Order: sequence, then structure tokens, then C-alpha cells
Amino acid sequence: MTAINPTPVAAVRVPAAGLRHQVRAAAVVWQREMIRFGRDRSRIVSSLVQPVLFLFVLGSGLASLVSSGDVDFRTFLFPGVLATSVLFTAAFSGISMVWDREFGFLREMLVAPVSTTAILTGKCLGGATVATLQSLIILALAGLVDVPYNLVMMLKLVVLLFLMAFMICALGLFLSARIKQVQSAMPLVQLTITPLMFLSGSLFPLSNLPGWLHVATTLNPMTYAVEPIRSTVFDHLELSPAARATFDPGITWAGWHVPVPLQVAIVVAACLVLLGLAVARFARTE
Amino acid sequence: MEDSAAAISIRGLVKRFKQVEAVAGIDLDVRPGETFGFLGPNGAGKSTTIKILCTLADATAGSARVAGFDVARERDQVRRHIGLVFQEPTLDAYLTAEQNLRFHGELYGVDRATAAQRRQEVLTMVDLWERRGDLVQTFSGGMRRRLEIARGLLHSPRVLFLDEPTIGLDPQTRASIWDYLKELHRRQEITVFVTTHYMDEAEHCDRIAIVDQGRIVALDTPAALKSGIGKDRVQITTDDDARAIAELADRFGIEAAVHEGAVTFAVAEGAAFVPQLFAGLDVPINSVTVTRPTLDDVFLSYTGKTIRDAEAARPVSPMAFAARGR
Repeated sequence: MTAINPTPVAAVRVPAAGLRHQVRAAAVVWQREMIRFGRDRSRIVSSLVQPVLFLFVLGSGLASLVSSGDVDFRTFLFPGVLATSVLFTAAFSGISMVWDREFGFLREMLVAPVSTTAILTGKCLGGATVATLQSLIILALAGLVDVPYNLVMMLKLVVLLFLMAFMICALGLFLSARIKQVQSAMPLVQLTITPLMFLSGSLFPLSNLPGWLHVATTLNPMTYAVEPIRSTVFDHLELSPAARATFDPGITWAGWHVPVPLQVAIVVAACLVLLGLAVARFARTE
Repeated sequence: MEDSAAAISIRGLVKRFKQVEAVAGIDLDVRPGETFGFLGPNGAGKSTTIKILCTLADATAGSARVAGFDVARERDQVRRHIGLVFQEPTLDAYLTAEQNLRFHGELYGVDRATAAQRRQEVLTMVDLWERRGDLVQTFSGGMRRRLEIARGLLHSPRVLFLDEPTIGLDPQTRASIWDYLKELHRRQEITVFVTTHYMDEAEHCDRIAIVDQGRIVALDTPAALKSGIGKDRVQITTDDDARAIAELADRFGIEAAVHEGAVTFAVAEGAAFVPQLFAGLDVPINSVTVTRPTLDDVFLSYTGKTIRDAEAARPVSPMAFAARGR
């Protein structure tokens, strides 16, 4: 037990902080998320159950009710289900910080001579990558709901899903910054994720909503992440302008149509703001 | 920065949590290269002090310098030059031993070639090199603690802090942890600051400070502290403790008190005193224990209570509470 092999000691001196060091720190936090994701196969499978249920059970169930003309309700639902699956995975990744705290590993990160920004950026990039990787499996199901396998469309979707995942992960980090117990984390997920999902237009079209619901959806950052995804899918469908107007009316501010690039810009801004808020809220000392 | 300066220098350190004063004014200098023990019962303020020194908690008043850097103003510099082994586990059990170390090296910005060499060195030192590819969740408590020590050393810190490194380990593993720490000293110039509430472990330290209720009550080498007591501890159980105490005071001029359920007192030659004891007391004596002075007795003589009494009486520490909550 106490046999000790005498070997020479390489003296290491930790270099002064620089941008390169911060980037390395963020990269290794990202890498840890990847390693853990790769180890956890069951999580990949279980995370697919809900979207598949949404798409084929809820979608098929409602398809007979919703008068769809030339749009199958499942086709409409496809971008929403992509977004919902990413929403859940990313929120969970963000909130997993509470587990890191509970199991002590957070402290290993917090006592390191790196900025909180580097740690949380790595965490967000990791969570976003995991969520995007999982969504690839749902993307692969596109053909089953009459969405074409178009490479440009797929690439655009991956970028948009990644942005959305980053935003939600940052939100999760912000929410979990002061939470000390795992038990308090789960209700929090429920409390924030469910309204974000229902008020984003991922499960129903934003057309002809009552006034209060319209206001709620335009205030929800998720809406600006979901709509570009739906718009990208619908750009590659063959349908009448009337059907497009019903199922993908876009987002309007007092009658003005918010252009998709602006929506994407709003998501990018939300990513930065939420990350900044999470960093500010993350206390490193007692 | 210069090596001749103290490795750790603490002046007037105070930490208050609402009503409780966890650290109540500590002054201390730890020399470079020494193994310094910070001893006291649970809740004495040891962990709070170590957290302040490691930049994890802010002091209410006073200042501290570690490896030449101010813990409040030069936080990152302090962090670069210290290694930490916490009381609570801080490993990622879903990563392998080597992945945990790799993570640490990247986080501390150690250049990759040196880090690889260093990983092998520290893992070899704690006898975990063969197990480097195994997930930490398969490790025993002792192995995890050794891995934490290896990780704390990866970036060649000048000061290694260990907060209760042997807590919850079996005696054999505790002994082996100390062997590793001794070996570490033989190999490199490093200051080790260790807290423990096991009095027997203080023997491994060059100097120790005994802490009680947030204050240092004694500071010296273990040998000097023990010889300062110079007396053996005698514990007797009797049919009537109160009468025994009165008779001890009356007939021998000895001040005794009940500790841990036995009448306890100190005399110069304990074993030789026992026959007199039986002759001199009218109270029936049921058992007698004589112990050579230990650091427990040092604690007793400085604080008027044994470690176990102190722990039984302590209020709930807000720091321990916070630690449990995370």
C-alpha cells in the first residue's frame, strides 16, 4: 500500500492568465460534457422517447382533427418537436450545474485560476453540442413526416438548434447559479421549461391567437428560436401561400412582421445576456 | 514572493456568520517547507480558516497572504500557487482517474507536455498509475483521497492545503495517506497545511496550532506541547464521582473533573500514583486508566475540555451546514 516509487519531479509553474488559458479552460469543460455524454447511452435513448411521442402520437392524434389542407399536422409539428427536444436537453445540461455542486466537482472548477466566464461558456457550449447531437437523430426522421432531406436546410437547422440550445443552457445556468440542492432543481425545470415550450409556438401555429397569448409568445425568447427553425423547414416544403400563412404566420410586433435574421439576432443577443447574467449571479466565495 | 518569507501569513483574521464567530482573531506564520497541523474539534473554525486561505470565503476582518500573495486582492495568483484537497469529494466519478487529472491540468493552464509527465509522476506517487484508465466511481474512499492528493499536486503548488484528508478513512488508510505526504516532502519543497480533528495525527506535523472556538490556544512542535504538559492523565470510575472529586482535592490537592463519564485528573507519575489512590480514597474505585500525555491532553489542558466534550457541546456550525447543503 505504501510502496513509493521514487521518480524525479517535473516542476510545473502555472502560467499567468491569458486568453489562451481561458480558452483552454472552456475547451476542457466542453470536453468533459462530451465524455460524459458519450458514456451515457441510456440518456440518448430516453431523450428520444418524448419527441417521438410528440411527433407520432400527438401529431397523428391531432392530424385527424386539424383541417390541414396540404400540410400534414406532423409536418407542422416537426420543427416544433426538434425545438422541444433541444429545449429539454439544453435546460437539463444547464441545470446539471446543481449536480456538479452537489457532488463537489463544481468546487474543483471554482478554485481554479480561470474566470467564471470561461467555465460557464464551456458548460454552455458543451450543453449546446450535446443537445444538437441528440437532435440529429430526430432530424434523421424528417422523411417520415414528409420533410425533404435537403442538405442546406439541414445545415441551417443544425446552426439554429445550436444557437437555441446555447440560449437555453445559459438560462439553465442562470437559474441554477444559486441553487444548492438537487431536489430544488427539478421543480425549477418544470416551472420554467413548460411555459417556455407552450408559449413558443412549437406545438401550435402562432396565427389567430387570442391577444394575451399573442403578447406572451412575443415576450418569450424561445419563440424567436423556434420560428426561424420552422421557417427554414417550410421554405423547403411545397405548399400554398394560404397554408403557409396558417401554419407559419411568423412573428408580428403590432402588425409588423419580424424578419427571420432579426429573430436570429435576438437569440444571439439573448445567449450573451443570459450568459452574462449567469456569470454575474455565480458567487465564487462564501 | 521570496522563499525566505512565510509560506502562509495570517493577521487578525475574523470570520463572522450572523451571530456565530467561526474565526475569532487568528495570527499565524507558517514557514516554507514545513508540515503545519491545524488541530481542533469539529466546528473550531478550521475549515473556515482554510476556505479563507484558499480564496473560497471572504474574511470579515484581518488579512492573509499565501505563497506571498494576498488572498483577498490577488486571488488568481494565490490559486495558481496552491493545491487543495477538500474534506468533501470533488472528483468527477464519471471520468477516469487520468481524465480528472487532465481536466485539472487544462484548467490550470499547465503546458501539455509537462502535464503528461506530471500526471504519471503524481499517479505513480500515490500508486494509482496502474488504475489511471478506470472510472473514479470504481475507486474506494482511500483511493479517491489519494487521487485528490495527486490532483492537488499536479500543478506543482507551493502550498498544499488538506482539509481533514483522513476523515472517514480506516486507520490503515489514514496511515498510508500520511506516508504519501511524508514522501512528498522528501521529494520536493512544499509547504503542507493540514487540518484534522484526530489528535494522534498531529504527530506527523512539524508544528501544530491547537484551535478552539475560532482561536489558537497553543502553537508549538508536538513534542514541546506534550512536554509542556508533563503529566499523565488518570481516569477513574467510582461509585460516587462527586465524593471522589472532593476527596482528591482534600487529600491530594488534585483538581479533578468529570470528562467522558470518568473522573479525570493529571499527575506527574500516573502509574506510581495508583497505589496511593487506592489507599487514599474511601470511595470504591471500579476502574483506573492511566495514559501518557497525548495531544488530547494538550487540548484538555489548554481548553479545559476533551476533544469529544468540545464536539458534543458545539453549536451547529453554519459552515458545516452550508457544506452539507451543497
